[in-house]
Amino acid sequence: MEQVTSVGNRKSSRRVKRRTGYWFVLPYAVFFGAFVAYPLVFSFVLLFHRWNVVTPMEWIGLKNFERLLSDPLFFKAILNTLKFLVIHIPLQLVVALGFALILNSRIRVRGFFRAIYFLPVIVSGVVVTILWQQLYAYDSGLLNRLLTFLGPGKVPWLIDSALAMPSVAFMATWKNVGIYIVLFLVGLQNIPLELYESARLDGATGFRQFLRITLPLLNPTIVVVVVLSTIGGFSLFIEPYVLTGGGPMQSTLSAVLYIYNQAFYFGHMGYAATLGFVFALLILGVVVLQRRFIEAESTT
Amino acid sequence: MKAFLKYLVLGLGAVVFAYPFLWMIASSLKPEMEIGGFALWSPHLTLFNYEQVFTRIPIGRAFINSVIVSLTSTVSVVVFGSMVGYALARLRFAGRNVTYLVVLFTMTLPFQITLIPQYILIVKLGLTDTYLALIAPTAMTAFSIILFRQFFLHVPEALIDAARMDGCSDVRILFRIIWPLSRPVIITVSVLTFMTSWNEVLWPLIVVRDRSMMTMPQLVTLFTIGGEAESLLGLQLAAATLLALPVILAYSFFQRYFIESMASTGIKG
Repeated sequence: MEQVTSVGNRKSSRRVKRRTGYWFVLPYAVFFGAFVAYPLVFSFVLLFHRWNVVTPMEWIGLKNFERLLSDPLFFKAILNTLKFLVIHIPLQLVVALGFALILNSRIRVRGFFRAIYFLPVIVSGVVVTILWQQLYAYDSGLLNRLLTFLGPGKVPWLIDSALAMPSVAFMATWKNVGIYIVLFLVGLQNIPLELYESARLDGATGFRQFLRITLPLLNPTIVVVVVLSTIGGFSLFIEPYVLTGGGPMQSTLSAVLYIYNQAFYFGHMGYAATLGFVFALLILGVVVLQRRFIEAESTT
Repeated sequence: MKAFLKYLVLGLGAVVFAYPFLWMIASSLKPEMEIGGFALWSPHLTLFNYEQVFTRIPIGRAFINSVIVSLTSTVSVVVFGSMVGYALARLRFAGRNVTYLVVLFTMTLPFQITLIPQYILIVKLGLTDTYLALIAPTAMTAFSIILFRQFFLHVPEALIDAARMDGCSDVRILFRIIWPLSRPVIITVSVLTFMTSWNEVLWPLIVVRDRSMMTMPQLVTLFTIGGEAESLLGLQLAAATLLALPVILAYSFFQRYFIESMASTGIKG
């Protein structure tokens, strides 16, 4: 008798559990429908239309894609992003790993240094960009004053179209490297000390230990740094928007800045959506490739 | 000797990362003529630049807008994120796995693809220049749901069972029993959400045109590039300092939480 009631209770409680499950998820379902699913479906619709929001949509078939393939600025934005990544990723890895290695040795006031390196991470990109615009200024910028004083003289950081994107990449590294120092520190502290001890007994030098133990075991962290930096590169907006407006000669035009310009400067919603769609595919493709490549590298 | 070199590198690093901010704050207090210098002090310190910023743009209003938007987003992300996270970790219902996959999918979706259609949605709903437009698209985040789910998976089953025996509803279990145990994850999600929201500038630029509805980073951005503060370096630096100060202040008190929370974003990759 007692058994029966307890089973009955469990059943009804399971049903209640099921219903509460739905109630708990319902707000997210609504949110997902409105801000993810609907925009996704609508972005597919926009791919095949010309639209400036005000006049009715016009079906144009694959014209947006045709236009994209013959749009020099689209390829320029990709090239600029690649230029950014080629400088940003290695710089980020070397600087972050270097500081993390030093901080991981016996250092007093480690927390103090870590806190300082982290400062640019928490501050708004707008602040950092306004600040660096003045550091980079040609005539009165602090960097050029320092370089004049040290000898090499003035550098046209943001004026020279070959230098502008590297300057943006350098600034972005300065802003973000703090996160990666902390991530590498966590990674380093997770490496068992016994590994180094047995390597030392085998007569491995410090550098060999670094190559054979430290680097391979930091692989997951390296993947994170590379992937997050790549996503960051494709998401650049405020930096070129404030610093250079995409210039000089479109040399700092980024993916997001180009989408923004097409949509809100020219009112080409269909084309802007197409750009967004293609850039998103590109990001996913690059990230998948990077992961495969780095993970394969570590197992060989 | 080796130790000396280490401290030298670390010290140089500290100068490279901290000096520009100190210079920014110092220069914002200097008269325009002296801003080019390296010095962090001047005999002619003045609040002139700040007075100018306050009279030229509604920065106080923008500050309040930013506080409203960031706080509401944060509360919403924590409340709804923990509800979904709890359902995914602890409740059984048909479609749970599908929901989890949907959340994972949302997290990997690059924002570039939904940016334009989301803007169009806001326009269609007539929500441009409203708080709702600024808050709604970030009212829930896939990342916070994942973090909460991960954390709740490790809450002992016995605790939840005992509460159920006492007749607690799941709402009560979540907010009265599990929440107090979940301080670390609540802090992490709050810090991340608040910072992201406070520093966000692209979305406000898109959906807000009315100056009185602008967020602080948006207003400061438009102020510096819009010609109003053109070639007036002191004004730009004063506006930037005002924007940075609240976050730097919060950081100086809760430094550890900021660093731990941001470091946990590494999980995302």
